[in-house]
Amino acid sequence: MTKKYYVKVENLVKKYPASGKNELLTVFENCSFGIEKGEFVCIIGHSGCGKSTILNILAGLDRATEGNIFMNGKEVLGPSLERGVVFQNYSLLPWLSTLKNVTFGVRARFPQWNKAKVIEHSMKYLELVGLTEAVDRKPAELSGGMRQRVSIARSFATQPKLLLLDEPFGALDALTRGIIQEELIKVWGETKQTVFMITHDVDEAILLADRILLMTNGPFARIAESVKVSIPRPRDRTSVIHHPGFYKIRNHLVDFLVSRSKELTASEAGRAEMQEIAAATHPKELDPAADSQGQHAVVSKVRSTINVRNVK
Amino acid sequence: MRYRPALRPLIISLVFLFVALGSWEWSSQPPKATEALSEYELLMGGAEQEARVPPPSAVIIHAFNELSDPFYDAGPNDKGIGIQLAYSLYRVLTGFLLAALIAIPCGFVIGMFPVMHKAMNPYVQILKPISPLAWMPLALFIIKDSEASAIFVIFICSIWPMLINTAFGVANVRKDWINVARTHELSDMRTAFTVILPAAAPTILTGMRISIGIAWLVIVAAEMLVGGTGIGYYVWNEWNNLDLTSVIFAIMMIGIVGMMLDLILSSVSRWVAYEE
Ligand SMILES: Nc1ncnc2c1ncn2[C@@H]1O[C@H](COP(=O)(O)OP(=O)(O)O)[C@@H](O)[C@H]1O
Ligand SMILES: [Mg+2]
Repeated sequence: MTKKYYVKVENLVKKYPASGKNELLTVFENCSFGIEKGEFVCIIGHSGCGKSTILNILAGLDRATEGNIFMNGKEVLGPSLERGVVFQNYSLLPWLSTLKNVTFGVRARFPQWNKAKVIEHSMKYLELVGLTEAVDRKPAELSGGMRQRVSIARSFATQPKLLLLDEPFGALDALTRGIIQEELIKVWGETKQTVFMITHDVDEAILLADRILLMTNGPFARIAESVKVSIPRPRDRTSVIHHPGFYKIRNHLVDFLVSRSKELTASEAGRAEMQEIAAATHPKELDPAADSQGQHAVVSKVRSTINVRNVK
Repeated sequence: MRYRPALRPLIISLVFLFVALGSWEWSSQPPKATEALSEYELLMGGAEQEARVPPPSAVIIHAFNELSDPFYDAGPNDKGIGIQLAYSLYRVLTGFLLAALIAIPCGFVIGMFPVMHKAMNPYVQILKPISPLAWMPLALFIIKDSEASAIFVIFICSIWPMLINTAFGVANVRKDWINVARTHELSDMRTAFTVILPAAAPTILTGMRISIGIAWLVIVAAEMLVGGTGIGYYVWNEWNNLDLTSVIFAIMMIGIVGMMLDLILSSVSRWVAYEE
């Protein structure tokens, strides 16, 4: 592994005091992975395996029991404006209006700017997520989707070097989620930020990510695999599912979540594989859609002829 | 006429007022002289002189007279109701503001640091249930000034609800909001003022409302003790004069002013309120 990563996570371990006992409970151990600059990485795993904990440690809000994180060569030791966070809920300040919530971040990030510049900059990002109409409303007067848009606008407006998203669309209905996913792609496409995102939605991960990290079940969870999403960009919800690699990746992910994440901790063979994973310094790299490139070209040609025929 | 449901509580209120005042008026009429007064009664000035609660009509007429000239000053025992209320308000507001000045920053510290909460909680728990008037002799002895002692009593009774509510509000600010401040690298000071204070403001305001309510309850008793001026002294003085009309009028005024104090703070709390 000589790859030069922008963010490097090395042998991260987190233990919590187990309730009622003196010993510590290991949530996850030996977690090592890297994120390249400009890369969009998603992490998937069952509830409780420690995804949020990893994200909070990356953000500098929580400390690891063991292990280190380096970003751009510097160790992550506490929260910083270089890392923006979007939480699942409650990351907006309810007593501030939409605009003030965004200027709150912008003012912290660019203290030397005057008021007009702060507002102009904030409005630009609110425009990107389509919220110019709601700037004077308080979060309580916004729908869940609009609130998450404000959070996204705020975190992009502070232009962090690494953006951390903890199940940002988990509480949204499918329709709203689809729309905001596309807005996220749009904003990300313009800023080319490095993103680390937690999700429990396989399709969302394939749509958004360059790479998907798969985590086994806790306790003693590990990051087992790193799955490359070799589907060309720009992607959108309707076309991505027609890419021949889509179902290969999807089946791999679902198979991991449904059976292998369990097997890895329960069966003999699984435990042996876990040993392997534990011994490796990085998760196993996979590219389920690698051999689908040529096929895809064919498929898209067929589809375009169909479209032409339909027009006639 | 169109049916107006909004008017119903008003109608019920008015009916209640009418019935209450009516029965009060009726019950406080002097008994009719059914027979000629005895020699004794004549000597004592008639049955009329028997002490009885004045009827509401008398109180209303008295109130009208008093309120048409609330600020007259005819010597230490004869001041207008406005002057007396102003003295009481001055004491309450001074004591209350001094208490706020100390309770809110201290509550902030106690709320922000659990170790401070653990350290200070026993003292708060012991000091809080002490009747503020129990401090009066000590205050008079140490301060040697009845005016300042009354203010001190108000101070000591207003401090606890504000201290406790501020600490509670600050300690219970949602972790996510603190994390927002942390990820934006806000200094501790800026976090305190731009995140914790607005987040805890509704709870702090509730504490202030409780405090001013208690202060207004206590000032009457405190002024009865220290004498001189104020609405509490006025009530006691009029009782000594056996002027029950004035006593009832003063009771009403205490209620009205107390309500206005609460209304002012409740409008401030509406201003800092937020919905999650
Ligand atoms: N403060 C804490 N004390 C003890 N255990 C905790 C604490 N926070 C999280 N955990 C445990 O750590 C595990 C991982 O939590 P989390 O990172 O939130 O999981 P995920 O985000 O993957 O659903 C959970 O099993 C949870 O019970
Ligand atoms: Mg989580």
